[in-house]
Amino acid sequence: MKLSNKDIVSFKELTKEDVRNIFSEAEKFEPIGRGEEKSDLLNGKILGMLFFEPSTRTRLSFKSAVQRLGGSSIGFSRPDVSSVAKGETLADTIRTVENYCDAIVLRHPQMGSAKLAAEVSKVPIINAGDGAGHHPTQTLLDLYTIKKNFGEIKGLDIGLVGDLKYGRTVHSLAYAASRFENKLYLISPPGLEMPEEIVNDLQTKGRKVQESSNVEKVLPELDVLYVTRIQKERFSDPSEYNKVKDSYKIDLDLLKSAKQNLTLLHPLPRVDEIAPEVDSSKHARYFDQVFSGVVVRMALLSILM
Amino acid sequence: MIKMGKEELRVSKIKAGTVIDHIPSGRALIVLEILGIDPETKDTVSVLMNVPSGRYGEKDIVKIEGRELEEEEVNQIALVAPKATINVIKNYNVVDKGVVELPDFIEGVVDCSNPGCITNSTEPATSKFNIVSKTPLQLRCTYCERITEEDELFKQFSE
Repeated sequence: MKLSNKDIVSFKELTKEDVRNIFSEAEKFEPIGRGEEKSDLLNGKILGMLFFEPSTRTRLSFKSAVQRLGGSSIGFSRPDVSSVAKGETLADTIRTVENYCDAIVLRHPQMGSAKLAAEVSKVPIINAGDGAGHHPTQTLLDLYTIKKNFGEIKGLDIGLVGDLKYGRTVHSLAYAASRFENKLYLISPPGLEMPEEIVNDLQTKGRKVQESSNVEKVLPELDVLYVTRIQKERFSDPSEYNKVKDSYKIDLDLLKSAKQNLTLLHPLPRVDEIAPEVDSSKHARYFDQVFSGVVVRMALLSILM
Repeated sequence: MIKMGKEELRVSKIKAGTVIDHIPSGRALIVLEILGIDPETKDTVSVLMNVPSGRYGEKDIVKIEGRELEEEEVNQIALVAPKATINVIKNYNVVDKGVVELPDFIEGVVDCSNPGCITNSTEPATSKFNIVSKTPLQLRCTYCERITEEDELFKQFSE
């Protein structure tokens, strides 16, 4: 099986067929992902993992994915222990590390870094976050979780709530979900709205988008509610932050008005935007997303390596 | 040298060099910036601003003696003067006349306006843009995908 590109730089470079293929592979890998079955599919293969920025979930998830398939990984999780500390460019790091491995997972603080890496690399590059740019495997695992819950992604009413201005996760997901003809509800406090250019882009493509600042009001319409953290550092006045934070908190009381099959997602880590009491409700699917992350990455590695 | 008669030229013909005509009124100084013409220049340069023009109402013109333009310079001029004409002069005659054309894609001509873009780092990455709109001018960086607007672009030339 092949994807339309050698590299995974952004979600939008994947065709619908690519996404279908990744998801069908991911599903097959579920027993291996759970440790119920063993695999030596990537036996002898090495994954390079270059993390120029801290990451827990993404890094461990890729590591778990390659090891579950019988492969191994090399790399670093802090730039200060690499040649970058000596002033080496990313391009040179890539041209060096490509000789040690069969694919490279890259997280880097600068936007466009994964595209540059893909241009210079002989081996596939998987973008694990390029600053405020893209994080395609997060988008894939979000959609995979939605698909697992509803059987298909098409035609759902999806709400994105929280900091929609700065979050790359919600930007990517908004574009991705709109490709599957979903209606989007964008719910954010004033000042943290989805960037106008993205809303315009979606509307120009004929997608249904509704903006709101009140989560309670739109909740009964939703099939999926994707919650993101509102970051304290975005507010100059701490009292403003406290006001906003509480009005976007998801708890059991709020969820009383939700549809029976509402799926609640969160890219994690969460702070207090979803009350712990919600974790045991039928709506909570955010820890399923973590597992989706492993199998979706297994699928990608099995195709690319 | 300046003649004011209706039928006559405002500035005399040049012997050899380049005449950039049909620059939008007020942008001649940006064209000079692009061409690296500053007060230290030794070139003979004539600048005409706000000249009445049949086609555009008013226009600017720049004449540079003894110099032909590089392709990259022409591309940069196209960004600020998309309808400019470039006349190459030899022995007082126009030997080549071309209209600048804003391409759909440009490379290395201007910087991305996003400070967080990889092309603004020490990496060996040349800026690349798709032109998403010609009026008003909007360039989308192929690396970070941010849009650089016309005014941000003009600011770069005057820095």
